[in-house]
Amino acid sequence: MQQIIFFFIRNKNFLLFGLLFVISIMLTIQSHSYHKNKFISSSNFFTGKVFTFRNSITDYFGLGKENQRLVEENLRLRQKLENFSEEENIPFLDTLVLPKKYKYYTATVINNNYSRSKNHITLNKGSIDSLKVDMGVISGRGLVGIVSDVSENYATVQSILNTKSRINAKLKKSNHFGSLIWDAKSPHLVQLNDIPRIADIKVGDTVVTGGRSTIFPEGIPIGAVKDFRLDKDDNYYYVNLEVFNDLTSLQHVYLIQNNHAQEILTLEKEAEDAE
Amino acid sequence: MQNNELFLNIVRFILLVFLQVLILNNINFLGYINPYVYIYFILLFPLDGNKALLIFLSFFLGLSVDIFGDSGGVHAAASVFIAYLRPLALKFSFGVSYEYNTVKIKKADPLERLTYISVLVFIHHLVLFALEIFSFGHILLLLKSTLFSGVFTIILILCSWILFSRKPS
Repeated sequence: MQQIIFFFIRNKNFLLFGLLFVISIMLTIQSHSYHKNKFISSSNFFTGKVFTFRNSITDYFGLGKENQRLVEENLRLRQKLENFSEEENIPFLDTLVLPKKYKYYTATVINNNYSRSKNHITLNKGSIDSLKVDMGVISGRGLVGIVSDVSENYATVQSILNTKSRINAKLKKSNHFGSLIWDAKSPHLVQLNDIPRIADIKVGDTVVTGGRSTIFPEGIPIGAVKDFRLDKDDNYYYVNLEVFNDLTSLQHVYLIQNNHAQEILTLEKEAEDAE
Repeated sequence: MQNNELFLNIVRFILLVFLQVLILNNINFLGYINPYVYIYFILLFPLDGNKALLIFLSFFLGLSVDIFGDSGGVHAAASVFIAYLRPLALKFSFGVSYEYNTVKIKKADPLERLTYISVLVFIHHLVLFALEIFSFGHILLLLKSTLFSGVFTIILILCSWILFSRKPS
């Protein structure tokens, strides 16, 4: 017994080190699995406050750029609106009163990182503003990521610049589906794989979200094809995309809630269970 | 530890965490290079201080950086690792004089001091990036990040060391 106690006293530094090291490795592994980063996350009260404070200072630096972006978006929306007003004399359904499939929210980015291999963004809104896990996040120029964690006042987003991220995407031209991944090399390039060889793909083609997931509506722009090559087994393309969005400078983002998501998921689950 | 020294270490701890998460995590030099200067706390911890206390404090230091950066426990793991290895690094860089408690980090030979800093910084960064990237497919990226961030960190630590060292009077 005495020897055991002596052993503990002699090796107490090593034991303490071992214990804390194992705890941190466990936290690391836990954070690698999606949806489980509840415990250590920047969407908690204290860090949220600190980031909000920092953002209240740094907000001003990007105002010029942000205005430019808003003007561009307004222009695009205005042009779309113009198309509608021409068709105004045709009888149409008032879609405003119909139950809508997607609902949009806005939020401000208070922390954004893009230099690591698993990047997250923190937003200044949380469950109080009816944000939920698994909502899609876009900006005026295109795809940003998916909400991965929500606290009362803040939310963290798994950005597309995250090696864990898998998002359904397709070629706008030919509707061939693939999944969007990131190889952690550059914040301006993302990759698209599983595009079948039969697809006629060219440099400069636009890639948009696929609409097969319950998170994003179809047709949100992602990027343009920069280069592509055939995969090892020669059946699929591996495509490099230049992202439309500048993910290194984000300020205001939109969140998308799919009101039918629950229904679709339940239905799919029932079908799976029936098999 | 003297009272004065205790106070100094507490202030250093808090200042370094805020410096790291508010400024240094957003430098992104050339797209991905960030210095991790917060380990300055571990380097400067009193040589005669309690080793178990240092390991414990390093864990919290790393964990605070992790909480702000959404990175799980990678900083905590790397910090605990170098806190444990610090006596070895001290022996390696300052030789036997460390064992007789005669060495003062602040007055040590610049070359020995540089060895001490670089050994711990590179070990820390290697563990950090290995855990963060967590895949064998990206070994080149791992080594590249370790080297560039490491050099950046060492330069910043040396600068602050020179800046904050009191002149021998």
